[in-house]
Amino acid sequence: MQVTGSQFTNTAALFGNDLSTFPDFPAEIRAPQGTLPGVSGFQVNFSSTEVHTPGDAVDVLIAMNPAALKTNVGDLKTGGILIVNSDSFGEVDFKKAKITSNPLEDGSLSGFRVFQVDLLKLTKAAVKDTGLDAKSVDRSKNFFALGMCYWLFGRSMEGSLRWIDSKFKGQVAEANKLTLRAGYAYCEATEAYQAVAYEVAPARLPPGTYRNLSGNTALSMGLIAGAERSGLPLFLGSYPITPASDILHELSMYKSFGVVTFQAEDEIAAVTSAIGAAYGGHLATTTTSGPGMALKMEAIGLAIAVELPLVVVDIQRGGPSTGLPTKTEQADLFQAIFGRNSEAPLPVLAPATPGDCFWVALEACRIAVKYMTPVIVLSDGYLANGAEPWRVPTVDELPSFPAKFRTDPAGFQPFMRDPGTLARPWAVPGTAGLEHRIGGIEKQDITGNINYEPENHDRMVRLRAAKVAGVVQDIPDVVPAGDPEGDVVIVGWGSTYGSITAALHALRAKGHKVGHVHLRHLNPMPKNVGEVLKRYKKVLVPEINLGQLAFILRGTYLVDAISFSKVEGKPFKQSEIENKVLEVMK
Amino acid sequence: MNASAPLTRKDFQTDQEVRWCPGCGDYAILAAVQSVFPELGVPREKFAVVSGIGCSSRFPYYMNTFGFHTIHGRAPAVATGLKLARPELEVWVATGDGDSLSIGGNHTIHMLRRNVGLKVLLFNNKIYGLTKGQYSPTSEIGKKAKSTPFGSVDRPFSPLALALGAGATFIARSVDVIQPHLKTTLKRVASHKGTAFTEILQNCNIFNDGAWEEIADKDQREDNVLFLEHGKPLIFGKTKNQGIRSNGFDIEVVTLEEGGITAADLLVHDERQPSPAYAFMLASMDSRPGFPTPVGVLRAIDHASYEELVNDQVQQVITAKGKGDLNKLLRGAETWEVR
Repeated sequence: MQVTGSQFTNTAALFGNDLSTFPDFPAEIRAPQGTLPGVSGFQVNFSSTEVHTPGDAVDVLIAMNPAALKTNVGDLKTGGILIVNSDSFGEVDFKKAKITSNPLEDGSLSGFRVFQVDLLKLTKAAVKDTGLDAKSVDRSKNFFALGMCYWLFGRSMEGSLRWIDSKFKGQVAEANKLTLRAGYAYCEATEAYQAVAYEVAPARLPPGTYRNLSGNTALSMGLIAGAERSGLPLFLGSYPITPASDILHELSMYKSFGVVTFQAEDEIAAVTSAIGAAYGGHLATTTTSGPGMALKMEAIGLAIAVELPLVVVDIQRGGPSTGLPTKTEQADLFQAIFGRNSEAPLPVLAPATPGDCFWVALEACRIAVKYMTPVIVLSDGYLANGAEPWRVPTVDELPSFPAKFRTDPAGFQPFMRDPGTLARPWAVPGTAGLEHRIGGIEKQDITGNINYEPENHDRMVRLRAAKVAGVVQDIPDVVPAGDPEGDVVIVGWGSTYGSITAALHALRAKGHKVGHVHLRHLNPMPKNVGEVLKRYKKVLVPEINLGQLAFILRGTYLVDAISFSKVEGKPFKQSEIENKVLEVMK
Repeated sequence: MNASAPLTRKDFQTDQEVRWCPGCGDYAILAAVQSVFPELGVPREKFAVVSGIGCSSRFPYYMNTFGFHTIHGRAPAVATGLKLARPELEVWVATGDGDSLSIGGNHTIHMLRRNVGLKVLLFNNKIYGLTKGQYSPTSEIGKKAKSTPFGSVDRPFSPLALALGAGATFIARSVDVIQPHLKTTLKRVASHKGTAFTEILQNCNIFNDGAWEEIADKDQREDNVLFLEHGKPLIFGKTKNQGIRSNGFDIEVVTLEEGGITAADLLVHDERQPSPAYAFMLASMDSRPGFPTPVGVLRAIDHASYEELVNDQVQQVITAKGKGDLNKLLRGAETWEVR
């Protein structure tokens, strides 16, 4: 189903629609088909106008079995189109889905326009001459559904036909193509579908070259771009974990960029090998999700103490502990900002959309190299797997921040500092005359020698904090979207951007005075945040956690931030935010 | 420093006050390393010493090279990252029995499995020193220490046997107080490609004094230590009259000239044996009553180093595909124009 969804998405993107996707799948690899835990869904919202979310409710639902129907029918609009695979609506299937009556007969679907299709029988008929085995035929049937969608929305099959040829071989490729075409032809020939075919014209996006891009791919490209623009080779130390592994997979493909990927024995080796590579003068990064972050924290403290650049990527997922591996959450903000022993500050950034993962990864590289500090990027499962059209920049448009290694032994001290950034020199092993020692033990200011003196420790704690706080000089002020002052400001971070933006447009269209501040830099925050928040009567902070940013805003700016939290493993709906804003305005 | 002048031991000393307890075996190891490094023909800036946590891990502060004192148990992983980034460096790891075998056991075995080009000096004193005297994974059963007032009940393991199990290509053992042997061993360590894993038997005179008494004490040493030499029979004893002979799948200690046994009946040391079985027999010999503790190079075989394989693969891909083009990467496979 994930393949079918991404094929449709690519085709819609190439047609020029704006879009947003929400792949939603179980943590289990092949949970039994037809059971409730086995339901794998893919929601796509595509439009001729701007799209910010995968949509609150769906216009068309395709249910391959009763379990999928039961799980998703609640999201289908009244009067919406429901296509069901009637081959999978037998007694056995009802039992698997834990339902007692046949929804196709019990009247429960009377509010929808239901189309029953014998997908399996039709697929079998389409591929009967290929000699394909039963199991492969069963797998082919999703292409029948895809073919139907292409006809219903007037989309070309060409892209998917090409893709099938590149992905499959021989009779399987042949069968998949036949099935895809059969689905298309089936709708074309069936009168009932003529009445429900949709036209969705291309969207009017700002001019440029566009591609469809998912968050994890964007993030991987951002890291490669960061390496190129700093003039450093990229090193990734990583341990497989959902939903971050795709970055390890992506970067492993890009050895032609000189990327070294190291699949470590554990999360700790992943981050410590990266610290070793940073010591050796590479642009070092480690990628993980919440549980892996917890394991890396001691080592991140080391990177803070020895002041080496490092980009740590956390693709947040539901927790605590193993939690919801494939579902999204924003509950690692405290962990990122506060989750280490002692005073251990570092910059924290968060991308707002899948495409923004590119820009934020690049920005993280820039800050890490310029300030000689580890930086945490907080993406999440929704951004990682979601996709959107992305305007492709040229390399010349990207910021350039060439790293400078210390080479001159004259006057060198390992913990002397640049007066502007407070960064220490990057003195890479192999450089004659710069032999020196670094370590996690407290260091004497400037010389870096072991030092336990009270005043020195106080000075070093404050220097490390001042360095990170000083990043603020280097990041743009926030400019609120919507009204620059008014009744309510919605403050968001990370993947809530889409839902908040959609809600903001709807509220302002109704004449409400609402603004939106979205924080990409969470530590330090842009210097005008406190002042901007005070321009509104109310501050509302929607988050997929129990109010972590709201807590920080209250503590930092003494504003009465109202937390709006939901922790269901899925993004906010536009309507939820809209209603909450109206509620707090009362 | 005059770049062309030959390096001396002094060039590798730092101005930092050494903070080990007076009488600690670590002083002897530091002295040996500082005297061997100048003889290796490597410029000083090419050395990097990486350590974890523990008494032994203070080592980098006293070596005037690049040095990185990291966190508990993680030195092999940090060093792996450094060696991958800078294969041209000589990266040495200083660690202890608690650091590398307990908290860092996972990194130790995977470093060995990969055969990363690191020179590992494991200071084995069979005790936790810096935390003030708890038993370690190499302490003998029944060890009475701070956390085991009634004696430890868990079994120790042999660092070298563990290393072999993880696929080590080089294992050696030496002793803090046998300086000439330690220096010779360190030179062998320096010349190995891949992970050179060295156990150095070291005394902790505060928390485990006499840890290796039967080996360190000159009067007992000859009867308890088997000095290994490649191509030479396994002979030990004050009068060189004891030997190791194979007996089926096992080995036995025999006395030369007794019952017509001669040196020709003994096992001959072969550090290049392709099978690790012989080296394993040597590595675990000291735990058997009546057997000596072998020191020297137990095993040294050739295998490509990890950093070589990793960086070769990168170069091969660049050769085959050409250098990556960022503009092309950004565009991806399919794009469309909005005007």
